[in-house]
Amino acid sequence: MDNAFITGKLKTRFTDGIISTDETSDMLTVVVSKEVIHDVIFFLKENQSLGFTFLTTLCGIHYPEQKLPLGVVYHLHRFEGNEKIRIKTFLPLKNPVIPTVTDLFSAADWMERETYDFYGIIFEGHPNLKRILNVEYMDYFPMRKEYPLEDQTRHDKDDRFFGR
Amino acid sequence: MNDALYTTLNLGPTHPATHGIFQNVLTMDGERIIDTEQTIGYIHRAFEKIAERRPYYQVTTLTDRLNYCSSPINNIGWQMTVEKLLGVKTTHRIDYMRIILMELARITDHLVCNSVIGVDSGALTGFVYLFQERERVYEIYEQLCGARLTTNIGRIGGFERDFSPEVIKMIYAFTDRLPKILHQFEQLLMRNRIFMDRTINVGPISAERAINYGFSGPNLRAAGVDYDVRVTSPYSSYDDFDFTIPVGTNGDTYDRFCVRQEEVWQSLKLIRNALDNLPEGKHYVDVPEFYLPPKEEVYDKMEALIWHFKIVMGEIGAPAGEVYHSVEAGNGELGFYLVSDGGRTPYRLHFRRPCFIYYQALPEMIRGGVLSDAILTMSSMNVIAGELDA
Amino acid sequence: MVNAGYIKVDPPDGYSSPGLFATTFDKVIGLARKNSIWPLPFATSCCGIEFMATMGAHYDLGRFGAERLSFSPRQADLLMVMGTIAKKMAPVVQQVYVQMAEPRWVMAVGACAASGGIFDTYSVLQGIDLVVPVDVYVPGCPPRPEQIIDGFMKVQELVGKEPLRRRYSEEYKELLKSYGIF
Repeated sequence: MDNAFITGKLKTRFTDGIISTDETSDMLTVVVSKEVIHDVIFFLKENQSLGFTFLTTLCGIHYPEQKLPLGVVYHLHRFEGNEKIRIKTFLPLKNPVIPTVTDLFSAADWMERETYDFYGIIFEGHPNLKRILNVEYMDYFPMRKEYPLEDQTRHDKDDRFFGR
Repeated sequence: MNDALYTTLNLGPTHPATHGIFQNVLTMDGERIIDTEQTIGYIHRAFEKIAERRPYYQVTTLTDRLNYCSSPINNIGWQMTVEKLLGVKTTHRIDYMRIILMELARITDHLVCNSVIGVDSGALTGFVYLFQERERVYEIYEQLCGARLTTNIGRIGGFERDFSPEVIKMIYAFTDRLPKILHQFEQLLMRNRIFMDRTINVGPISAERAINYGFSGPNLRAAGVDYDVRVTSPYSSYDDFDFTIPVGTNGDTYDRFCVRQEEVWQSLKLIRNALDNLPEGKHYVDVPEFYLPPKEEVYDKMEALIWHFKIVMGEIGAPAGEVYHSVEAGNGELGFYLVSDGGRTPYRLHFRRPCFIYYQALPEMIRGGVLSDAILTMSSMNVIAGELDA
Repeated sequence: MVNAGYIKVDPPDGYSSPGLFATTFDKVIGLARKNSIWPLPFATSCCGIEFMATMGAHYDLGRFGAERLSFSPRQADLLMVMGTIAKKMAPVVQQVYVQMAEPRWVMAVGACAASGGIFDTYSVLQGIDLVVPVDVYVPGCPPRPEQIIDGFMKVQELVGKEPLRRRYSEEYKELLKSYGIF
């Protein structure tokens, strides 16, 4: 199955939903609008001629300069022909809501919770969307670019020695 | 559901039988498990955030601490991801050296897991036997890089130093010695009536559910799916070698044990093969932007000094782009999704941690079983807290 | 000092004459305590694996009278914290410490437990001495089994020399109060 076949299939099915396709990186990358994301994943998984049945990973990404700064990246894998595909979708910073894919992949449960924990992306329809790795009372989303890495409660570090 | 009929039992976050830091709140009906609620994140160290602030070569130290039972696989997996981004091709010698190290790491990982299954089913002897052997692998690591556990082995573009004759001798000695111990270990457990009764049909999962849950590695293969990254997307010249991928049928604890056990044998074969056919050549390829120049040259050659400084200070950017690279780690498909914007650090690095993905299937696997079986199921899944929480 | 399969320890300072040995309670009890420390391994990550190696046949912590691991804090003498402690875990460490009976000692094994190590991040506790008082720090990432044993011997030294009244002293009570432990 070559990339042209997959993009052709997707473009016929979701005409305007497919924003762009890119074959320059290591695997076929498709950017879709958030309205159709669930349908695209469903189509890729359930369509007889496609059959991407393995959700390799799901993660968030943050580009502060973009108009739609928050992104969700899905990697799907088709065992039969060993093909991988990367699906991306972008969301606004304010009220980033996206439909969940937990109804398609049980594996997405924790991955989506992790993405929520890190980026604050809300997965609509997720059975148990709460923080998974960080403490419950944390009031920000630490992986967003504007937040610092270091522990802010530390007082023993003298900034002069770190060139700051 | 009448709550008064059920007992709530708290397992973890620190419990001797969980071998890691995670909490399970079990709802029990007598000895039977009705449901469990999992809490993780007790050792969340923000790897992905740190990786955004560190130059590429310093991320290797982080990968050590993912699955600390098999650090070299993580190290080398990361280095191969960067090489993929840079478009660097490594030589066969480097590939074979990597295979040797990764298979040694796989052996240690599986030895820990299987001996711990023994401990949890009440057989401490196997643990003592195998841990003694595991020390030999650590001695090999030590000879190579000076560290035992968190190895930080290898560099982007190859290895920091070549295998010394001493190392090669030690690896040969190890592969000669291990089969005997492994046989003894298998005699203790493999056909042991008690062990079989404790593990067969305990915590089973069907192939279909396992794929849906994103299982990979020995746990998926125990369910009967022959998915192994080493074969489906060969990296580091794995396609030069002939080895078997063992699969199970039921996806239960016994199958997981047997699959791991057989993988150790296959790894031994791979190590022997790679060592016998180790090609001549240099232990690194020419990547001046990322591979440190020889120390002698740094002292008296201007250019080498500049490169050394630039690399150590992490001033060199990688080309913009994104790659996903995965390796077959001890627990399954360990993936690195790397996005670079051309800067000195990764723009975004996401680790696909096999543990994190398959551990969420635990409630489904232990539901309806008894508590003591749940412990065995958990240890046979080999959940490593460092990898789980990143 | 290994002699016919058992380990002989040196007697404490005291007065001896034929049929008589006189010394203080502190020293005798310290001697007994230091050679039968029951550790509680609080292993969270990489250092925990090195602790498993320490307990294994090759390094054998049993030689120091500490092969009896106490997974229940109620019966443990020494809390060995091995590995990164995240902020989510910090209350658990403190609770385990509170559950231990006096006298109790704490050993921070590894850079993470001692200072947060390489993980100077928003989610990691920067050293367990922020939540419990620590007696011995073992550096290393992870420390070698020999280092863990060395740290353990340092604990033995402290245990052996500890005066019986120390745990009732005002200073000690102040120390616990500063950690919010009563």
